[in-house]
Parts: sequence; structure tokens; C-alpha cells
Amino acid sequence: MDDVTTGEPLIVLDSVNKWFGPLHVLHDVSLSIGRGEVVVVIGPSGSGKSTLCRAINRLEPISSGTITFDGQPLPAEGKALAKLRSEVGMVFQSFNLFAHKTILENVTLGPIKVRGEKPANARERGLALLDRVGIANQADKFPAQLSGGQQQRVAIARALAMQPKAMLFDEPTSALDPEMVGEVLDVMTSLAREGMTMVVVTHEMGFARHAANRVIFMADGQLVEDAAPAEFFANPRSERAKDFLSKILTH
Amino acid sequence: MHVFADQANLDAYLSSFLWILKLTGASAFLALVLGVLLAAFRVSPVPVLRGVGATWVSLFRNTPLTLIVFFCYFGLFSTLGLSLADDLDLNNYWLGVVGLSVYTAAFVCEAVRSGINTVPAGQAEAARAIGLTFFQTLRIVVLPQAGRAVVAPLGSVLIALCKNATIVGTIGLMESSNVMKDLINSNGDAVIPIFLVFAGTFAAFLIPTGYLFGWLANRLAVKR
Repeated sequence: MDDVTTGEPLIVLDSVNKWFGPLHVLHDVSLSIGRGEVVVVIGPSGSGKSTLCRAINRLEPISSGTITFDGQPLPAEGKALAKLRSEVGMVFQSFNLFAHKTILENVTLGPIKVRGEKPANARERGLALLDRVGIANQADKFPAQLSGGQQQRVAIARALAMQPKAMLFDEPTSALDPEMVGEVLDVMTSLAREGMTMVVVTHEMGFARHAANRVIFMADGQLVEDAAPAEFFANPRSERAKDFLSKILTH
Repeated sequence: MHVFADQANLDAYLSSFLWILKLTGASAFLALVLGVLLAAFRVSPVPVLRGVGATWVSLFRNTPLTLIVFFCYFGLFSTLGLSLADDLDLNNYWLGVVGLSVYTAAFVCEAVRSGINTVPAGQAEAARAIGLTFFQTLRIVVLPQAGRAVVAPLGSVLIALCKNATIVGTIGLMESSNVMKDLINSNGDAVIPIFLVFAGTFAAFLIPTGYLFGWLANRLAVKR
């Protein structure tokens, strides 16, 4: 799966810094992600990987540095930022499906309200997406009636309904019961195969090995390693990464 | 009840509560619109708007309503010449509505804001992440869920507003407390019955209102 990137990169971070009060959560992070690339971000908790992911669609504003998406610097608040976000799908750890809307309404809300798509059209596409993630028969239920794995698959369909240029996954399987992790990773793997640009913050090392083009290792807000998965898992260069891998891979 | 057997007294009693109803209705509507807008200001990403919302709430929530209504009459009308109607009663009525609305809006704002805080932050984040603007996020995702959490506290604000409407009597409108005072002044032998009739009328309106809001709050609760 190498050599998938062509042309200019889709997402570029340049010397990004972020402080939460005195806490320096992102430390001079520079990173470039090509079109169609699948980048998995791993690292110990508190290493800033979720913040990095959330900074890309400005859910977390950064303190200094620049982030460019598809050639444009991230806009500040307002219509331009909303437009950018509509082009970047996001999947959250806690699903965040709209609790007062049905499953199908969750998926069609963005296309109808943001893109002005005709409801009948959005419905048809929404059902096709739900079918793709295996939830079409639950379309009229409410989120609270679905299992965690089902909710997360709906959340992926909701993001895909906007036909995004890239997808951000912020620990998408961390809140799931173990037997539901697989069904979500399957959907993500098939997305990766189809050439979707993905940034995935996860602890699923299997997914990183099989689906990623690159693995980014973060520690203490710094980008410590950036390597192909086979190389990273076989020969981590930094002590931090060796230490991290020895802790998670021995079990 | 010889007092209310007198047609003139009965008319005064009825029209006094009609004023209360009108004051409550108009002020409730204006305070709701204004309060929701202020709550939107208070949670907005724009610092200036947040400042306006916070200042409004501090100013009007911490000023006695009597003072606000006095200011509407002596300040806005007598001094600044703001006349809201040619008819004297109607002018007092609208000045009262202004005072009640700006005051109650502060409480509506705080009730709505606390309702907004019951909606998990992830709901607004997910809405922003699919490209909804700030106001779309509020209108389509946050407020419908907050609204359900806010029904019961808003019921309390409405009940308080209805009772507060009697303060407009201080600027001359012949609403219930003013009429009650007149009736007591001219019927010294029936003070307690007069008082009970007026208090009872409020209770007859407000107790069912409270139950109605409690019932609505239960019906509309969001499943999580």
C-alpha cells in the first residue's frame, strides 16, 4: 500500500503548538498527509494524539503554527470554517449521535442542512450508506436503542454522507465492548482500501499494521516517530517507542 | 361576600386579573424570545456577544423589579418622553411589559443556559464537525434537547412572572394588587375575605400551570 500519495499533500501541519493553560500538549508538530494516505497515530495517553486529531478540523484551536487543508489554511470561526468541516468527516470515541434524531435522520441531517440536498435524495443515499455499514434495518430507531458498535457504524455513515475529502477517527473503538471492535474496524479497513484519506488515533495495533500507510508515534506532545508500520513495529528507533511497544505487545 | 356582589367591585376585580393575564402573556412572549437569544449569546464563540449576555443577566437579575418598573415609568416615560400608547392605562401597561420582559429575560436566559449545559458537549461537537454553523448547531441539535430539560424550570419562571406582574400596580395600572388595596380601603370589615379571593385567584391559575409544566417535562424527556 505504499506510493498511494500523489500531488500536493491534503493535510499539512507546520510547527503546531497548543497549550491548555500551562500544559504544552502539542509541541512543534509538523506533519504532512497525502491524498489517499492512511495515517495511524499512536502513543501513551496524554501524549496529545487526540488533540492533534481534533486540531485538524479546528474543534481544538491551536496556539501557534499553521494547519493547511487542501491548500487552504484553516479558517477562523464562521461560515468558512463550517464549510471546511463539512469536507472533513469526524468519528468520535463516544459516537455523539444526535440523541433526539432517528438513525436515518442522523445520516441525512448534514446533507440536507449543510449541502441543501433534497430530502428524498438524501434519504436514498443515507439508506445506501446505512446498508453499507450494515444498519439499514435500524433506520427508524433512536441512537439509545442501538449497541455501541452499531452506533459507531452509524457515526461513520453520518460522516461519509458528507462525501468528505478526509476522515478523522478519534479513538473510534475505545468506548466499545471488545466483541464490537471488529465490526467497526472492518468498516474502517474497507474505507482505507477504497482510498479514503484517514487520520486514525487508536490503540488497535492490528489495524495499524494492516491498514495504515504510516504510523505516527507521539509522546509528551511531540511527534517522536513517523514510519511505515512494518518498520515501526519491527525496528522502533526511539527509546520512548520501544518502551511503549514493549508494554503493549507483550500481552 | 357583599363586596363582590357589588357590580362595580366585581368588574374591577375581573378587569384587574385581565390586566395580569395580558401583562403575563405579552411579557412571557418577549422574555422567552429575548432570553433564548441572550442564552445563545452566552454560549457563542464571540466574546463580545458573551459579554452582552453576561452583562444583561448581571444587571437585570440583581436589580429589584420594582426599581426596574419605576425606571420604565419615571426614566423612560417621564424623563425621556418614551410614550408607548396614547391611552394612559395602555401606556402604563406597555411600560410594565418592558420592565417585566427585560427582567424575566435574564432568568429565562439562565434557565436555558443551564438546559444547554445538560446537553453533552459531544452533541455540539458532532454538529459542528458535519459543517453546521453555530446557529444551526444551536437551533437543530442543542436547543431541541435543551428545551426538553428546560421545560420545568421555565414553568417556575412563568409562575414568578405572573405574580411579579402585580408590581406594575406601583406605576398606576389597576391590576389585582391595586384593586385589592382599594377594595380593602373601602371595605374595612372584609379584609380577610378580599385577600383570600385575590390570593385564591392566583392559586387557581398557577397551581394547574405548575402541574402542566411538570407533565410536559416528563413527556418530552430525551432518552440517552
